[in-house]
Amino acid sequence: MKTKRIKLPHGIPGYNLGEIEREVPSTEPPALAVNDKLKVIGKRIKRTDALAKVNGSAVFTADVHLPGMLYGRMLRSDIPHARIKSIDVSAAREYPGVFAVHIFDRRYEGANPKKNSSDSEFPDVIYAGQPIAGVAAVNPDVAQEAVSLIKVEYEPMDFVVTMDEARKPGAPLVYQTDVDQEASDGGEEIEEGLKSKGNVRGPSTKSFYGGPRGDLEKGFAEADVIVERTYRTQVQTHCPLETHGVVVDYNHGNVTIYASTQSTKNTRNEFARTFDLPKSRVRVISEFIGGGFGAKHTLGSFGVMAGYLSKKSGRPVKIMLDRKEDHISAGNRPNSLQIIKVGAKKDGTLTALKQLSYGTAGIGLGAGVGNIAQAMYACPNFKTEQYDVFTNTGPGAAFRAPGNVQGAFALEQLIDELAERLDMDPLKLRDKIDRSVIRKVEREHGTKILNWQKPKKPGSDPGPVKKGIGVAQAHWPRFVNLDSSVEVRVMRDGAVEVRSAVQDIGTGTKTTLAQVVAEELGLRAEDVTVLIGDTLFPIGPSSGGSVVTGSITPPARNAAYKIKTKLTDIAAEELNTDANNILLENGYFMLTDEPSKKISFKELAAKMRVEQITATASRSDDYGGFMLGTIGFEELGSVQFAEVSVDTETGFVKVDKVLAVHSCGRPINIAQIESQINGGVIMGIAYALYEDRVMDKNTGHQMNANLDQYKMPFSFEIPDIQIELIEEYGAISSTDATGIGEPANIATAAAVANAVYNAIGVRITEIPITPARILAALNKEKKVNNE
Amino acid sequence: MNKFSWYDAASIEEAQKEVNATVSQTIQPDSPENAAVFKASGIDLLDLMKEGLSGPAKVVGIRNIPGLDEISFDPEKGLRVGAMVTLSQISGDDRIKANYLALHQAASRAATPQIRNMATLGGNLAQRTHCWYFRSKELVCFRKGSSTCFAHVGENENHAIMSYGYCVSIHSSSLATALMAFDSIVEIKDKDGKIRLVPIKNFFVLPTVDRTRENILEPGELMTAVILPAPKRNTVSYYIKMGSRKSQDWPMAEVAVVAELSGNVCKSVNVALGAAAPVPLISKLANDSITGKTITEATAAEAGRAAMQIALPLSENGYKIPVFQTIIKRALLAVV
Repeated sequence: MKTKRIKLPHGIPGYNLGEIEREVPSTEPPALAVNDKLKVIGKRIKRTDALAKVNGSAVFTADVHLPGMLYGRMLRSDIPHARIKSIDVSAAREYPGVFAVHIFDRRYEGANPKKNSSDSEFPDVIYAGQPIAGVAAVNPDVAQEAVSLIKVEYEPMDFVVTMDEARKPGAPLVYQTDVDQEASDGGEEIEEGLKSKGNVRGPSTKSFYGGPRGDLEKGFAEADVIVERTYRTQVQTHCPLETHGVVVDYNHGNVTIYASTQSTKNTRNEFARTFDLPKSRVRVISEFIGGGFGAKHTLGSFGVMAGYLSKKSGRPVKIMLDRKEDHISAGNRPNSLQIIKVGAKKDGTLTALKQLSYGTAGIGLGAGVGNIAQAMYACPNFKTEQYDVFTNTGPGAAFRAPGNVQGAFALEQLIDELAERLDMDPLKLRDKIDRSVIRKVEREHGTKILNWQKPKKPGSDPGPVKKGIGVAQAHWPRFVNLDSSVEVRVMRDGAVEVRSAVQDIGTGTKTTLAQVVAEELGLRAEDVTVLIGDTLFPIGPSSGGSVVTGSITPPARNAAYKIKTKLTDIAAEELNTDANNILLENGYFMLTDEPSKKISFKELAAKMRVEQITATASRSDDYGGFMLGTIGFEELGSVQFAEVSVDTETGFVKVDKVLAVHSCGRPINIAQIESQINGGVIMGIAYALYEDRVMDKNTGHQMNANLDQYKMPFSFEIPDIQIELIEEYGAISSTDATGIGEPANIATAAAVANAVYNAIGVRITEIPITPARILAALNKEKKVNNE
Repeated sequence: MNKFSWYDAASIEEAQKEVNATVSQTIQPDSPENAAVFKASGIDLLDLMKEGLSGPAKVVGIRNIPGLDEISFDPEKGLRVGAMVTLSQISGDDRIKANYLALHQAASRAATPQIRNMATLGGNLAQRTHCWYFRSKELVCFRKGSSTCFAHVGENENHAIMSYGYCVSIHSSSLATALMAFDSIVEIKDKDGKIRLVPIKNFFVLPTVDRTRENILEPGELMTAVILPAPKRNTVSYYIKMGSRKSQDWPMAEVAVVAELSGNVCKSVNVALGAAAPVPLISKLANDSITGKTITEATAAEAGRAAMQIALPLSENGYKIPVFQTIIKRALLAVV
């Protein structure tokens, strides 16, 4: 490959900003200046689709209505574990208004067992809510009525829905054989080929960056202080405002799918594989998505069902899950039990860190939590053992920083406790053990803003309502998806269009792309039309793992640069000069040395020989290469501070303020980044204080599969959130931008927990931190008096 | 949701002629076929229908019946709140705020602004329990006719801590708690057009008396108003709700206090507890503890402890005891 050497901005403005020379492919555009010197990138640009979202003209999957479309509903098992002896769908099939009925021949969710436990022609039921069959009818009510006519003969089996029970010897087995599962693009990790003992699979000793290191025994022997604690986190469900759903128009094998998906690509590929069709015959459209948070990476069993029902009926079929189905079957963040032990020297130097964890993703895999403990701090001796525990509950899914949110809750409380044991300021301890430059700058910035002093003695406030402050950090790798392509088109009237199959999960990907292309072409963001979320366009990354901005903006800029080069050649001819002497700025091509000689972008486009010229680019490797696979050298670090009030008489916790200090490389759209961080912090508070999937151990049902008793934070629960964004140039790509979705959500719960400790002087090691847990920790709860 | 026919009644008589069942009867396994029920704003009824718990054949709307949505106040006679008055009307009424503060507070803290704009006093008092087992279509609990109270041995963090029998559900109306403290009267019109005046403490039904219902209303009987006695001189009230969230949430504990004072001395008092039992309760123990005493941090705390003497928490809800103790203390302190 032909290469060239270019100088790029490198470092953190106000701290260590300089330049670095990198060898890059010769096709790469010149270095982009720092944001201060740019016109569109790094600014608060209004979302290009803001109006459509506000006035309701944005079409979400739930809004799609095709001529002749049917509505699908699924029969779900209301018992948690059973063999199916027979299924009688005759009454449903004959019900007026029903066009198709389909029975699943296997499960399309969770882990894949090597074989079914019985010789039944139907898959075993392994959780309450598992879809068994589906009906397509003229409207959802008729479909539901027909579903209720399906007769299933079950042979119920013993079941287990809590992780602690499932781990016990002799517990009912969810799977009879070893299982495996393909990881999604959401960032959860699943190690292949591990064996199960009972319901417990593992251990996995791996993490994003590899396996164990050093010698734990030696490390702990060298330690002056050892702290060991057990932490527990709950199951959290995703609760996207738009539930999961699809419309499938099978159309004799020329399939069109409208999907609320985080991955048009995966949805297409899975559908093509399931129905044995060429990828070219499956088109997936996802223009607007009402949230996903990791649970919408796959086609889903409902997508498969809609496919079969559409194929059988010859009509388009829509299946939108209702809220209850979304809770019980469409994904969740696995819970965790973490036993974590750290050893340190008197000066804070870590000598050993050991982590043991169990987590249940229900009938699925992906409950590991070891990444953050492995990656965040310098510690020569480290080992994690992570076990997945199967329970008869709905499958887990990637969820906004999979594993790291759970892991940070434990690790960051442990480090806080270690600091106290060492009589060190928790931030000073981190200065000692944290090698990350960006987090160091973030800590300094945060302490300045808060006028941080070493936290007061825990629980020392007078009166029943005690205030506390806490801090916690986040780590998230810079993942890049190289399979990210963008096409840019210019038309003869000067119109500019961007096309990619990448979808906008709601974070503002459309606007980001418009900004990057506008910057390169000397236009305004609103001059650029962005068409995305359609597999007819060049394939883009899944919206997961915070990869989108870092993966899709460089090819967008590179494609725009190719267009610019072509237009510059025409401009050079028109202005009778050399292409090197042309500058494109503010909508004009002009002579570098004589700016008054110019031609507007529009006028120049009119001189194109063809109606439109197009250019496509794909994501190049990171400048300077990758640290590992497609993980970049820099990281997405952040530091969050929380202030809380705790009423020690009622146990009520209120988060008063969160200061979130973040970095995401070169920021593209400040307003959208802040919006993401606000969302991440709110989600973190929800995780710390409110959300909890309640399973009834006796019946195997989720008791709060709604938004009434499953508690999300509403307006009064949302504190003052102050966001500080640190620009950081890593010189890794033509835009040097990265995502922010996951890191925004990692540190919050731990920061809140540390603040609660600072307020009341007792550690709460299990979330959500409910009034009951606070009162129990303060020994105020009356002892149980149950007959 | 099942198919049903809709009847928009123009008068109480017309509505009563159409209705043949209570909503509670439609939830029972032997639910009458062709059940026709009242619908006020439908906040709870439509939830029950969407959740697949209630399937009436006919729904009789009473929102367009004139005269049921009025509030009248006479300092001598007291307050009359029509059954179709919305929670927003109550929380926005200055006369109620000035004379019946606890009722104002209870109405203002219930649900969300949007729900309060629709929800009516009558519907709020007649709503069914939000016990999550009762609300699960798949589970037939004791209240729905089986022999099993799932909460008793299951997830009972939200459930009753006193005065329960086998069913440990709690009553869901916050307004009821305030109205109990005010010794309110429920006005009921029976099918013959006769008016019955029922003290609110006799309006609610414990599951130990009849597990299939939560109030005394018979099919076709319509609650038309709630009447609160005239405020006595030196009578003050206060209401506190503790939920796990400050925004829309069901209470984990709530208290309404109505106290007649002489200086800081409590001459008489009514301490009403919500989310403690299958019905809203007056805590006689708290009343007796504080009556005749000067209200201080110590005596108020003592009243809170007294109220909880009869508490018998379940496996997961022992935390309610200190919460109740605290909010009873704070509500008593708030009136002086």
